[in-house]
Amino acid sequence: MEKQTAINPKNQSLGPFRWLLVNLGRILLSLIVPVITFVVLWQGFIFLRDSHAPQLVIVLVAIVWGVGGVAALFFVTNWLVEQLPTRWSQMLQPFVFVGPGVAILFWFLALPTIRTLILSFQNDISTQWVGFANYIYAFTERVMLESFRNNLLWLIFGTFFSVGIGLVVAVLADRSRFETIFKAIIFLPMAISFVGAGVIWKFVYAYAGTGVGMQEVGVLNAIMVALGGKAQPWLTVAPWNDFFLIVIMVWLQTGFAMVILSSAIKGIPAELLEAARVDGANEFRVFFSITIPSIAGTLITVTTTIIIFSLKLFDVVRVMTGGNFGTNVIANEFYLERFTYGQAGRASAIAIVLLILTLPVMVYNLRQFQERRAF
Amino acid sequence: MAAKTQGFQQQRRISSLLVNLTLTIICIIWLIPVVGLLITSFRNSQDIFSTGWWTIFPHRQYVNTRQIIVDPSINLDGNFQVEGITTNFTDLRNGVTTPNGEKLTWYGNKRTRTIGVAELKWLGFSTNMTLQNYLAVLGGKTVTFKDATGRDIETRGPNLGGAFLNSLAVTIPATIIPILIAAFAAYGFAWLNFPGRKLLFIGVVAMLVVPLQIALVPILQDYTRLQLNGTYLGIWLAHTGFGLPLAIYLLFNYMATLPREILESAYIDGASNFTIFTRLILPLSVPALAAFAIFQFLWVWNDYLVALIFLNPQTQVVTMALASLVGERGQDWHLLTAGAFVSMLLPLAVFIGLQRYFVRGLMAGSVKG
Repeated sequence: MEKQTAINPKNQSLGPFRWLLVNLGRILLSLIVPVITFVVLWQGFIFLRDSHAPQLVIVLVAIVWGVGGVAALFFVTNWLVEQLPTRWSQMLQPFVFVGPGVAILFWFLALPTIRTLILSFQNDISTQWVGFANYIYAFTERVMLESFRNNLLWLIFGTFFSVGIGLVVAVLADRSRFETIFKAIIFLPMAISFVGAGVIWKFVYAYAGTGVGMQEVGVLNAIMVALGGKAQPWLTVAPWNDFFLIVIMVWLQTGFAMVILSSAIKGIPAELLEAARVDGANEFRVFFSITIPSIAGTLITVTTTIIIFSLKLFDVVRVMTGGNFGTNVIANEFYLERFTYGQAGRASAIAIVLLILTLPVMVYNLRQFQERRAF
Repeated sequence: MAAKTQGFQQQRRISSLLVNLTLTIICIIWLIPVVGLLITSFRNSQDIFSTGWWTIFPHRQYVNTRQIIVDPSINLDGNFQVEGITTNFTDLRNGVTTPNGEKLTWYGNKRTRTIGVAELKWLGFSTNMTLQNYLAVLGGKTVTFKDATGRDIETRGPNLGGAFLNSLAVTIPATIIPILIAAFAAYGFAWLNFPGRKLLFIGVVAMLVVPLQIALVPILQDYTRLQLNGTYLGIWLAHTGFGLPLAIYLLFNYMATLPREILESAYIDGASNFTIFTRLILPLSVPALAAFAIFQFLWVWNDYLVALIFLNPQTQVVTMALASLVGERGQDWHLLTAGAFVSMLLPLAVFIGLQRYFVRGLMAGSVKG
């Protein structure tokens, strides 16, 4: 920092010839540095694309190239802008900072929304306009109606049980000496992928089939048999299989709800609770008249988050049943239409339907943001 | 008064007992699936199919002790006497319990004339554990077998080791790149003045909940044109794009609360924006950066949809490898359980190690599309 302040006045005291030389050198340097950066990065790209080096080498090069490349691009662009006259550099610098982020957002989210909207009015290979045909398909086709029904089940039951159990655990753990252990256990599945969780629960639901001396190795069927019932192929019996899949989401998402609700509960002033108890309110009364109203805002946030989550749900269904046996959901139907049946138009229409379903939350977020007056 | 306090205390003790009991039950339900997975991944494949994983714990079980050969002179069509009880073939097929607690079971069909006798015995911890499943899943060995026409068919075993490396190559840059870009952008939004600042940021907030399905079809078109399908760069950019709204939003919220005086004094000292950002803002924002980093790391590592669309079999990540294992070897529990655990190992470690930051990131609170 001190160096720069020291150099600046010196520059102004140079003679005209040296001034020219220095500036020529600057311009040359300004050209060479980006070119070198570009060439190095391009070579890295070629290497990663074509090389047959051992996987470990490729992986290491990829990590260094990716992370270093982005850092280098920022550094070089900023350096270039700082070479410009102060007025220009001050005007351009914000865009060096904000530009890449905004550009990527534009390419990956803003523009695709419009492009998907256009695609949704075109045919399967996007060569002809078909009007609302894809939307008619999306709202009338049997498999889509089934998906809507299932997403509604996911939305209602998945959200209700995730938030409900999360709230119960948060409230109870608050009064337990072993709070951290209990909370850690419930929170743990957050780190597990849906594919991994799919395997875990597939094993819980495992069904050995019928036959003499068959041993059930799935926990659920073993419990059924031990209680004198009959083993069931849980994942193929509609409509109950939907609920067995929803259990997986509840298992994964309860921890999320619990942690956030728990911190909200800790924020309730202790005096408020004490006062109510002294006044003779029992614990249920305290819970419904004080705890719930105090955390209402957080409760809404958690609920909307999980609702959005349940709308976009894909991996569980994909891995567990592939959408068969009446368990299809919108996001899986989107995948099937685009990547199995090659119906780009229909898939786009389904994606737009998903977007429309999340619009209320987007509006809510924007309104909240406006109220905060962050700017 | 004293009696009342005592009653109150007792009530307290009971309620605390109830609380802990309820929580313990919920936690056991939560843990059982994972425990089952973990135990199964270390068992022999034959054991996995013949007995449940819970049988490795001490328990009472029928153990075969001896065999009885039924005398050929006995007619098996009606009732007959064996071990002091009267029974018939059908019952014996299903197993008959004698008064002294032994269980008789007929082997096979009538002609074997063999009855197995089993006694209820206590079994201790099973020590029959193996690492073979993990080696099989990580190795990616090539298996050859002959098909119906006699040709050799080569299939590669599940190569989760390779997929694990790919996951690292995808996840590490796909975590750091969005953080870097978002940190620059958040600084720009929070502390620099430029036309369109507010409008652009409202755009960022609007993007928070956009479902990523909306982007997949057009982006795939672009990638096909740019030949980015299946490349690391392609999936880094995709994850960056989908993670950026939340990243910018979280980091902006954090950076905007940093005290203005620090920045102003640095600026007066002649530091450029770039220096202020790298020397001052980034170090001060470490908690927010860490929070988002864990978020994004878990999200990318556990992602299946984006990887499925933008990667190919050469660059497949663990979730893809595991999912295809489920598809192809759906009943091979010894491979599936070991594979699932391999895929969970790193995110669990990161998560447990850095949970505190993660929770803080969640609190800063938002929804991701």
